[in-house]
Amino acid sequence: MSEKQAQTGGIDVRYVANLARLALTEEEIATFQGQLSQIVEYVQAIDRLDVTGIEPTSHALPRYNVFRADEVRPSLDRDTVLRNAPSSRDGQFIVPKIVE
Amino acid sequence: MNYRIDIGLEVHVQLKTRSKMFCGCEVRVGAEPNTLVCPVCLGYPGAMPSMNGEAVRLTVRTGLMIGSTIDGFSKFDRKSYFYPDMPKNYQISQYDRPLCDGGAVLIGDGGVAKTVRIRRIHLEEDVAKNTHFAAASGVDFNRAGTPLMEIVTQPDMHSPEEAFAFLLALKQILQYADVSHCNLEEGNIRCDVNCSVRPEGQEALGTKTEHKNLNTFKGVLNALKVESERQIAVLNRGGKILQETRRWDADTGETAAMRSKEDAHDYRYFPEPDLMPVVLAPAEIEAWRAALPEMPAVRRARLVRDYGIPDYDAGVLVADKAVGDYFEAAAKLAPNAKLVSNWMMTEMLRLLGETERDIRTVPITPAALAALVCLTESRTINSNTAKDIFAELFEQGGDPEAIVRQRGLGQVSDASAIGMIVDEAIAENIKVFDDYRNGKVAAAKFIIGQVMKKSKGKADPQLVMKLLDARVAGG
Amino acid sequence: MKLNLSTLTVSDALAHMASGDFKSIDLVEALGAAIAVRDGELGAYVSVDLAGARAEAEAADRARAAGKAGRLCGIPIAIKDVLNVRGQPCTCASKILDGYVAPYDATAIARLRAEGAVFLGRTNMDEFAMGGSTENSAIKRTRNPRALDRVPGGSSGGSAAAVAGGLALAALGTDTGGSIRQPAAFCGCVGLKPSYGRVSRYGLTAFASSLDQIGPMTRTVRDAALLQEVLSGADPMDATCVETPVPPYAAQLTEDLRGMTLGVPAEYVVEGMDPAVAQAVQHAVERCRDLGARIVEVKLPHTMFAIATYYIIGTAEASANLARFDGVRYGLRATGATDPLDMYKRTRAAGFGPEVKRRIILGTYVLSSGYHDAYYLKAQKVRTLIRRDFEQAFASCDALLTPCTPTPAFRMGEKTQDPLQMYLGDIFTVTANLAGICGLSVPCGVAPGGLPIGLQILGPAMKEENILRVGHAYEVARGDQWLG
Repeated sequence: MSEKQAQTGGIDVRYVANLARLALTEEEIATFQGQLSQIVEYVQAIDRLDVTGIEPTSHALPRYNVFRADEVRPSLDRDTVLRNAPSSRDGQFIVPKIVE
Repeated sequence: MNYRIDIGLEVHVQLKTRSKMFCGCEVRVGAEPNTLVCPVCLGYPGAMPSMNGEAVRLTVRTGLMIGSTIDGFSKFDRKSYFYPDMPKNYQISQYDRPLCDGGAVLIGDGGVAKTVRIRRIHLEEDVAKNTHFAAASGVDFNRAGTPLMEIVTQPDMHSPEEAFAFLLALKQILQYADVSHCNLEEGNIRCDVNCSVRPEGQEALGTKTEHKNLNTFKGVLNALKVESERQIAVLNRGGKILQETRRWDADTGETAAMRSKEDAHDYRYFPEPDLMPVVLAPAEIEAWRAALPEMPAVRRARLVRDYGIPDYDAGVLVADKAVGDYFEAAAKLAPNAKLVSNWMMTEMLRLLGETERDIRTVPITPAALAALVCLTESRTINSNTAKDIFAELFEQGGDPEAIVRQRGLGQVSDASAIGMIVDEAIAENIKVFDDYRNGKVAAAKFIIGQVMKKSKGKADPQLVMKLLDARVAGG
Repeated sequence: MKLNLSTLTVSDALAHMASGDFKSIDLVEALGAAIAVRDGELGAYVSVDLAGARAEAEAADRARAAGKAGRLCGIPIAIKDVLNVRGQPCTCASKILDGYVAPYDATAIARLRAEGAVFLGRTNMDEFAMGGSTENSAIKRTRNPRALDRVPGGSSGGSAAAVAGGLALAALGTDTGGSIRQPAAFCGCVGLKPSYGRVSRYGLTAFASSLDQIGPMTRTVRDAALLQEVLSGADPMDATCVETPVPPYAAQLTEDLRGMTLGVPAEYVVEGMDPAVAQAVQHAVERCRDLGARIVEVKLPHTMFAIATYYIIGTAEASANLARFDGVRYGLRATGATDPLDMYKRTRAAGFGPEVKRRIILGTYVLSSGYHDAYYLKAQKVRTLIRRDFEQAFASCDALLTPCTPTPAFRMGEKTQDPLQMYLGDIFTVTANLAGICGLSVPCGVAPGGLPIGLQILGPAMKEENILRVGHAYEVARGDQWLG
């Protein structure tokens, strides 16, 4: 939660976009802030409902214990995989240097 | 001021399955990079996970070993964070309904036993492996999706040594449960270590720091020693401990704060819609419980009872399940289990230690050790010869009876043949023989030494002594 | 024989090919020619693989000649560009999948392939299936074939335009909150959203995993039934896909509705609804009564909370599903980044369009620390209430009759500046996805200007046979007046 969100109870687009790893322009932030504030206000409609004792639905159908046998299946051909990669070398995907 | 150290561990254990957690790619270390990958473990558009039932079974089995509650309902959740080793940028893990709740591991041998409470065990998927180059990093997704069991303890350990002892005890249980290869060099067990200190008498825990991904137990021990001392030093100076992730550098023996993240972690957990919950029937859990292996302590008592070996030996032998298995295999074939145990306790463990080898892959087989014991028991060879043969078998394997036969190493127990050598030795050292006859007991040792030398070590020393005494008596 | 591509149905084409009137290759050539003439204007297709389709058509013709014709042997089908087809790009109408080539077939594609279907090309859509007008495509605009200044609906707008515009006999669409039914209604074709778990989602680029379904878009209900028989069934690659036996939908179709009870929900009348829509649906209800159905009024009291619930759950799941588009393993990577974090932000900023960004931000927000319970968890509980509404309604009804959309197709650009207005148009369709039930859109009239109106038929989970039966009987009684 950002300080701004905590204060206003509304959405802080700049903060959330960073969580979602989206670089937004100032113009986008302004536009989205307006649109999303309106949308967030709309979806707050569900606040009016009393859901005491109601179980949440996370799956649209009740199903349990869907297991796969522990069997090896063929993997993809590496050339196929690396052809999709924006950058690769010596069989590895290459990314900008990770700094820990 | 005196301080109390509080340590909690999150131990990640790669499970022993053939295929990955959510796809059919093989779990194997050492393959060429990115050859054990598919749309699922690469996080391709449209790919969906399918759950490896064996990984669920192994996790529950571990929980049953340590007395966890298996409440029957468990689910998977998505844990979101972006990192190049994460194919989907969320990890399929378990948030509020892990497979196993609670449990405990006993640490401390024989004397003062201590309990480390387990908070939970949950199942998740391992991440990819990053390699760092000069200007970039490489990612190999072969490891991504390997079933990973996370065992979370309560902060019940109060010294680095206790944490170390806990890890040894846990590894022993995992080996007995046969749920992981437990090979630390291959990263099968990796720890996140939480450490805090507080003044003696203070109720509340101090501010903790975390060290992630330590892959040796010694590393955990050393990092904790350094970190707990660092924290105490900071507090003694009047400073404050910052809640942070720190990095242990095994080469320099230092811990250092990692570059702080831009934002605090907000994992945004929510139930994984692509996977259905796991609901285990009580009958199934009970069937798994019934199939549990013997716990190490129970085995120790049984070895004493069944093989007649001392409790101390039994404790040493069961410490590593594979060593215990080896012992039992050899003892079943040998005439004297105690002798087998002696070999295990001395030569075997010494050579394993010196050569850093795994008993499961040494060339000497349990049957060969049993045969060697037979040869000494029947006095076909003497103990020095046996030691030499053991060393050779340890390196190269083979059949001890064949070695003895081929090289003529058999102990000579033929009284007339040895008698002639004894007579020869007496004749050459008549003065020493006289000394012995006149009561100088130590003189016998010299004569026997001469006989052994002449027989190239093959004479049975006890027989030599008997014959020498016969000569004294005879006149 | 002369092919009338704008009215030819799948079942007729199968009969004609079986009796040797024409071959699959003839169909492919004719459709290829039609696409060349008309798709420049319509923009239904993102890409057309005529060479591949010819090869598949010839293989299908050989199989038929050898007596080995599958159930869809030689039928050209257009595929929404959100499904993975081995060896083909799958753009999801997004820049972020630039350069990606799928190394595998979605299960739905594999099932069609196994029955001899021919893959003609990939249809346009709202980026990542997010939208109701296909205007959110990063690739092109698609026009409504019945009124070129209008949107075709969305997100499966390209599939609807191809089927209604005579550029495909049938198409696959996907439906997360109405994305098959609404464009079918706007373009005047049939669209079936199967029950959740009826069709494997493996290979469907996920928008909202607990809501998404793949379904057929066709010219007749019978054709939808034919395709659905092939698409349905369990899949070891999709844990949410069930083993429930697949009935012979097409064989079970009837031309009357005797013995059926159909419910009309009182809540499916909203402010701003086009009177032509209300009137057309009312006529359709009367016609069903004439066909022998008993009509009853039912209550779905939580309908007013459906849009809010849908946009919370759908965007939350989407925010995680779309996290994988990061420039590491496939697709676009923005240049100039100094570390992975920077690369993610730049790549995703450059690769996603505004609607996708909005929904990712909304979804991230409703899951974030401090807000999770108030939004996401609460929405999941409301979802339970919405499901119960339907369970109660279906306790006394075989199916429900509702309008598919409050209005016919709107003008291009009319709602692009007002996302919330766009969302509110989903009011009649999102409930089926939240409840996991099945829904069918069948043309039931036209508004002034010739704009098609869709009748929505909702059925209990795994009861596709109910809604197909109602849809077919109604369609036959209605006649061909709104087709072609």
